[in-house]
Amino acid sequence: MRLRLESRPEPSRAMLLASPVIATSLTLAAGFVLFLALGQRPGAALHTFFVTPVSTWNGVAELLLKAAPLVLIAQGLTIGFRANVWNIGAEGQLILGAIAASALAIRFDGTTSAWLLPAMVAAGILGGMAWAAVPAFLRARFHANEILVTLMLTYVAGLLLSYLVHGPMRDPQGLNFPQSILFGESALFVNLLAGTRLNASVLFALAVTLGAWIFVTRTFAGYQMLVGGLAPLAARYAGFSETRAVWSALLIGGAAAGLAGVGEVAGPLGQLLPTVSPGYGFAAIIVAFVGRLHPFGIVAAGLLMSLLYLGGEAAQIALQVPYAVTSLFQGLLLFCLLGSDIFVFYRVRRAHRRSPIGGRP
Amino acid sequence: MTEPSMQPPAVPRLALRGITKVYPSVVANDAIDLDVGPGEIHALLGENGAGKSTLVKIIYGVVRADAGEIRWDGRPVSIDSPGAARRVGIGMVFQHFSLFETLTVAENISLAVPGALRELSTRIAELSQRYGLPVDPRRPVHTLSVGERQRVEIVRCLLQEPKLLILDEPTSVLPPLAVDRLFGTLRQLAAEGCSILYISHKLDEIQSLCHAATVLRAGRVTGTVDPRRESAQSLARMMIGKDLPAAAHPEPAVDRQERLVVSGLSLPADDPFGTRLTDITLSVHSGEIVGIAGVSGNGQKELMTVLSGERLVEPPEAVRLCGVPAGRLGPRLRRARGLAFVPEERLGRGAVPPVTLAENALLTAAHLDMVRSGFVRVAQTRAFAARCIQEFDVKASGPDAAARSLSGGNLQRYLVGREILQQPKVLLVSQPTWGLDVGAAAFIRQRLVDMRNAGTAILVVSEELEELFEICDRIAVMFGGRLTPAVSVKATSVAEIGAWMTGLFPAERADATAGGRR
Repeated sequence: MRLRLESRPEPSRAMLLASPVIATSLTLAAGFVLFLALGQRPGAALHTFFVTPVSTWNGVAELLLKAAPLVLIAQGLTIGFRANVWNIGAEGQLILGAIAASALAIRFDGTTSAWLLPAMVAAGILGGMAWAAVPAFLRARFHANEILVTLMLTYVAGLLLSYLVHGPMRDPQGLNFPQSILFGESALFVNLLAGTRLNASVLFALAVTLGAWIFVTRTFAGYQMLVGGLAPLAARYAGFSETRAVWSALLIGGAAAGLAGVGEVAGPLGQLLPTVSPGYGFAAIIVAFVGRLHPFGIVAAGLLMSLLYLGGEAAQIALQVPYAVTSLFQGLLLFCLLGSDIFVFYRVRRAHRRSPIGGRP
Repeated sequence: MTEPSMQPPAVPRLALRGITKVYPSVVANDAIDLDVGPGEIHALLGENGAGKSTLVKIIYGVVRADAGEIRWDGRPVSIDSPGAARRVGIGMVFQHFSLFETLTVAENISLAVPGALRELSTRIAELSQRYGLPVDPRRPVHTLSVGERQRVEIVRCLLQEPKLLILDEPTSVLPPLAVDRLFGTLRQLAAEGCSILYISHKLDEIQSLCHAATVLRAGRVTGTVDPRRESAQSLARMMIGKDLPAAAHPEPAVDRQERLVVSGLSLPADDPFGTRLTDITLSVHSGEIVGIAGVSGNGQKELMTVLSGERLVEPPEAVRLCGVPAGRLGPRLRRARGLAFVPEERLGRGAVPPVTLAENALLTAAHLDMVRSGFVRVAQTRAFAARCIQEFDVKASGPDAAARSLSGGNLQRYLVGREILQQPKVLLVSQPTWGLDVGAAAFIRQRLVDMRNAGTAILVVSEELEELFEICDRIAVMFGGRLTPAVSVKATSVAEIGAWMTGLFPAERADATAGGRR
């Protein structure tokens, strides 16, 4: 008996719901074997991975803090991905957002004005958009590949940040550490949960999720961008402007990433650091796809990704397993998730034959 | 010559018994029996979706049957790849050519036929001489016309000395003269003992060429007949299960205005294998259908993208829409001024494949109050889609069916319906009935004629001359990026238009230049 994949006439709704469950079961089973092979008690190890991180309020707060920038960036990127605009430089746009917001916080250090924080938010959004405007212009004007341009600009952004925290924006009293001054109270988001680092910046993720959902499901502009991504010839036929779609996709993605940058420097960090992002801009690409490019799916995917980060850290500390094992386990889960999604569009059939036709000699 | 009307010999060259193929959503072939004798030209006749392509792919080893038997000269054979089919002695000319544009004829053929290039060139020249298939082995394929490319495909098959040659709708790309020439070649081949399986839905061709016909409908054989003893009506009945209506075509209204005018339009090709347009002049009036005949690839596609606004031109006056210079207006602005367009590519251009019919309504009909302050009014799109499905008899589960879940014919009904329901002043239609079964084609032609009677100016691009003669008031021919003046169908003939299609343009017909005068 041989098995083969056969495309379904229609995507399966049942599989659409079942696929995450199957993926989770497979991951748990594989994780069981993995930890067994490492000489750990699998039950305890899985508990450490998935339950320990969220067993305290502080843990929940950290989960949300890490999920928020991932969700925020992924929402912005998804709007582009659906339109076939591949912005993979959200990391750089985040950095520029963080730099722009920090510049204001440093320049107006000591002020008590309530306008500082809103101004920082606006500056961060504009910074991210400005960084994304470069690939938008180059693609719209010269057909330059936005994948390459956005990626390369990420490295430029990283170097720019490094220069600034080593030079012009360095804390003069900071013993030459490459970091800015600690921001004042008026440059920070209010705390939402006493005793944790949870702050108001996570609300942006919620608001943007809602906005993204309305944009993709309800607006004509969202529809036009979707058509441009799914069927460029149909978009041309209908008269939807490709240039406009490219600009919108990149600017929205840049704005969301820039906002995430503000959330970091005016949130848990409270200053500009050379490591302002632990790779949120890249991880958000995975979040976008695990969330099936759907606004609500992205929220779930962002929380899962965040849990994997925290669980990985907890496992390294509590179980003394190497970093590679936690990465392996994270990869396992993502692989199972994306792999199970195949069955939404395909089904497995037994390759059977009863006739002489086609029988291999 | 093998006398084909003789009883088929005891042992057919190819015999199919009980061939069955089931796809996830459809039974493509249901217990098909078929016999092709040596030297017989056998037609496989059926509408689109009747199962012809699947059956042929099974014979040629591209697809495997789920059940049934293939016998070759009386012995059961297993054909599990096109290579195996060629070893048995089966050659096939596909509807879509598989030639590399940048290679020469001989180089293309050498990819399939072993032998040194020089020796192969000699053989190509000999063979093409013998069967009246003139091709120059040294010419690059991109310089060849469609008819010449088809000859290359046929020569490539013949070099492998097949005992059975399969041709899939070979005349769909040929002008009438080339069709006659092809038929001559096929008769000669049959006379030499080669069997031919000829797939088509054109009844007249089958009647003039074939010795026997197997008719398929919905995956089953509905009859095996001698087409020369059948009428077109009786064949059509076997094919679609009912009689064919012809589009009623009354005289056009008298007071007519120029709605779409193209004057002196020239445009360079926008890709290396595109066609440049040279000095195109054309006018379409309210209440008339103007047809553009010609073999595909002579600039029809380029002209339509200019008329639809997908490609903009200078000066703006080169294209006038309802009296307004429109050369610089994009598709949406032209639609706002009363233009509608059904493109030849349905999936991916006329419709977005994975989204629903309601969402596809939004593609061109958004201006019908489907968008308010930037937000889509879902109820309106669904209502429009539902109306279109009902009025145009689209077989779909409803407004939420994905466009790609529809068959080609049903999607075409939906697209034509979507454009007609916008009540355009000017309607452009490319290949209105391409790949449609005869029933659906008749329906769409009738709707176009109804639109014309209601006063719409309609421009139709089609390769089917009979279709154009049935519905058009005037016909022009496109060849090599040029357009002949449009002549009244009553003042011309299929033979004359057919000659123009091969580039034998009229020496300035005096009566043709005067636009819409009849």
